[in-house]
Amino acid sequence: MVRFENVGLRYGMGPEILKDLTFSIEPQTFQFLTGPSGAGKTTLMHLILLSLKPTRGLITLFGQDATTLDKNAITALRRKIGVVFQDFRLLDHLTTYENVALPLRVQGREETAYRAEVVELLKWVGLGERMHALPQVLSGGEKQRAAIARALIVRPELLLADEPTGNVDPPLARRLLRLFVELHKSGTSVVIATHDLGLMEQFEDARRLVLGDRRLHVYD
Amino acid sequence: MSEKPAPQVVRVDPTAAAAPATDTNELTLSRNAPLVPAASIASRSLVTVIAIMTFLSALAAGSGLLIAGASQDWQRSVASEMTVQIRPLAGHDLEDEVTKAAAIVRATEGVSSVEVYAKDASEKLLEPWLGTGLNLDELPVPRLIAVKTDPSHPPDLPALRQRLAAAIAGASVDDHQLWFAWLATMANTVVVIASLIFALVLVAMFLTVAFATRGAMAGNHEIIGILHFVGAEDRFIAREFQHHFLRLGLRGGTIGGLCAVASFLAAGLVRAHLQATPGGDELEALFGTFSLGFKGYATIVAISLSIAVATGAMSRAIVFRHLQKMG
Repeated sequence: MVRFENVGLRYGMGPEILKDLTFSIEPQTFQFLTGPSGAGKTTLMHLILLSLKPTRGLITLFGQDATTLDKNAITALRRKIGVVFQDFRLLDHLTTYENVALPLRVQGREETAYRAEVVELLKWVGLGERMHALPQVLSGGEKQRAAIARALIVRPELLLADEPTGNVDPPLARRLLRLFVELHKSGTSVVIATHDLGLMEQFEDARRLVLGDRRLHVYD
Repeated sequence: MSEKPAPQVVRVDPTAAAAPATDTNELTLSRNAPLVPAASIASRSLVTVIAIMTFLSALAAGSGLLIAGASQDWQRSVASEMTVQIRPLAGHDLEDEVTKAAAIVRATEGVSSVEVYAKDASEKLLEPWLGTGLNLDELPVPRLIAVKTDPSHPPDLPALRQRLAAAIAGASVDDHQLWFAWLATMANTVVVIASLIFALVLVAMFLTVAFATRGAMAGNHEIIGILHFVGAEDRFIAREFQHHFLRLGLRGGTIGGLCAVASFLAAGLVRAHLQATPGGDELEALFGTFSLGFKGYATIVAISLSIAVATGAMSRAIVFRHLQKMG
């Protein structure tokens, strides 16, 4: 699904901030991406999303060499990936419902065709009463849940979540983790970037991708 | 928060998804708000600029149409008139010559009416320059014959000139060609200037829209990034910007167009109020009745709509090109 071979990244003429990354993410797998703050977890996610280009090495995404992909092909691949950003990245002028429905809307689907699906997902993540609310009036936890719902609504083949439980209380964090595990069981590969050891301990079978010293260490 | 069942929700049956929502909340749900935020200071400023530019271009176009219409009226009226002038010459009876000339003109095909100016009427024409109460008997005042012609079958002017010259020594025909050419040149110049102003206003407006589009893209950079991450194609994003600018263009175009229509209607009312005054007559001579007519108002509506559509299309092209360059 995702394969990195000797991938390195540097900004301009600076030193490499990520070196010799060689790993793969197979279908229907669950992994935590962890490491100290500033180790490059978010940067690695951007490399997987192809929003950053590596300075060396080879990235293969869903069987396609990333260097050969044009913009439309990258867009098509991104539709298979759900992303939860650390800073949520909700559109402030859209309601919670509209934010969650956004990935379906950009695919040109009719609103009536996905309304029930979006409403049901919102209710499940506990935002059923906050559908009309704009992000400015949502709490950090509510924004987090809205961002997760937006990533899940397209039933992605790969889910990338950057600190998805960073702003929620432990019970909700557990629920969200269960959601990710269920999603994994139903066939989605999940990558959760976190340095919450408590969260990782709840699912000890998961692979660990540990970033440190600009390199990635994989613990299966 | 109490725990809920596991997330079957992410595997909702697609056939059930189309079922209509019945929740009261869902009925009042905001579902498809514009992705590019509509209300901002920059948007309001752009609407104002588009309204002003539409107003100016509609004024320029309307004025051009009015002057072109008035010029055609002048040309029609001048083209259907000519003047035969008989100069007094020694040894010739002026009255005889005038009668002869009038008979020749009347007999010419294409002439619809002939009016001979009597001696006192001819002398009266000089009053504005020479004043009243003067004895003009000693002055060689020429006599005039005003001739109206049939515009659809104009007379053969060279033949008429030849016949008059052969019969009357001091006769000449003025078909107002000089005046006609001068009027046409003036009217055409004014129409060209109005067209240039129209074109310049449009260019200025489109440059403003181009800057505003780039500004909107910079201001909505984060939105564009999010749309890319959730799988939006450049075409989709460009279309969203097009809708945004089309809305602004329609609002500005409508305001500007309505102001232009109101201005022409107001000018028509003022002209009607000034009718039969010297100033009013001058205005009417230059611009006609200030009545644009259906064609004129349709032109203003077309300008307003075209500006809105062009604004949307241009912003779409700029956004699309910019996104493609971003890679």
